[in-house]
Amino acid sequence: MEFNYEIEGGNFSHAGTASSEVKKLLKQLNVNPALIKRIVVALYEAEVNVVAHAYEGVMNVVFDNNAIVVKIADKGPGIPDINLAMQEGFSTASPAVREMGFGAGMGLPNIKKNCDELKIESEVNKGTTVTMITHLN
Amino acid sequence: MKVKDIVEKLQLTVCSGAAGLEREVKGGYVSDLLSDVMGNANEGNVWLTLQTHKNIMAIASLKELAAVILVKGYQPEEDTRNESETEGIPVLSTSLPTFEIAGALFEILKNG
Ligand SMILES: Nc1ncnc2c1ncn2[C@@H]1O[C@H](COP(=O)(O)OP(=O)(O)OP(=O)(O)O)[C@@H](O)[C@H]1O
Ligand SMILES: [Mg+2]
Repeated sequence: MEFNYEIEGGNFSHAGTASSEVKKLLKQLNVNPALIKRIVVALYEAEVNVVAHAYEGVMNVVFDNNAIVVKIADKGPGIPDINLAMQEGFSTASPAVREMGFGAGMGLPNIKKNCDELKIESEVNKGTTVTMITHLN
Repeated sequence: MKVKDIVEKLQLTVCSGAAGLEREVKGGYVSDLLSDVMGNANEGNVWLTLQTHKNIMAIASLKELAAVILVKGYQPEEDTRNESETEGIPVLSTSLPTFEIAGALFEILKNG
């Protein structure tokens, strides 16, 4: 099964909508609630990163008996140094975004903690693709 | 302990989401950094913050928090209130600063 949800860059009033849709879907599919709790954290952080740092993106969810694979691909500025971006506390968020309580530099570390496999691919001035895999067993 | 019990004991104002007053409270979390709450708050927590925008409801809903308490007299924005109604998760407010309301909440949750 495969599902796609669009993410609008820059629009904080819709941030979390895609994650919320996927959460509903996983509940309908009777995924273990403890797994849903973890996945939701990773989904939201990846979604908000598109809203805060990129122009537009798509959240693609592929679900089979063994794993949930979520791929969030965006068009945006990309991440020049992924290792640096992964460090807790590192953020390039604008002052306006920080004022809202985003920009703690905790999003990517939260994603890492809340999925089983994480892959980040990025090209500067093109975009970023975050792939996170959660095993079901 | 239910949300309505802490509303009564802490003399909180119910700004929106009254349908959620029966939600069960399991502890609290204090932070104004959204990723910190996302990563560290637990289901059933009451969240104390000074953030008033709609994104607090996205987090409250995804994390299945019991309620949000806005400190120091802050009021929710209109779309925050609407989202709180839709989700049935109460937004409460107090005139007290975070330190005092957190202490009072800790005290009543500790004593059951
Ligand atoms: N999709 C993306 N496109 C471009 N840059 C990104 C993207 N995701 C993350 N980054 C970069 O990596 C940094 C760290 O991301 P991370 O999610 O950890 O923190 P943050 O978004 O700045 O703050 P927080 O997530 O705590 O609100 C960002 O500040 C940004 O520079
Ligand atoms: Mg982030």
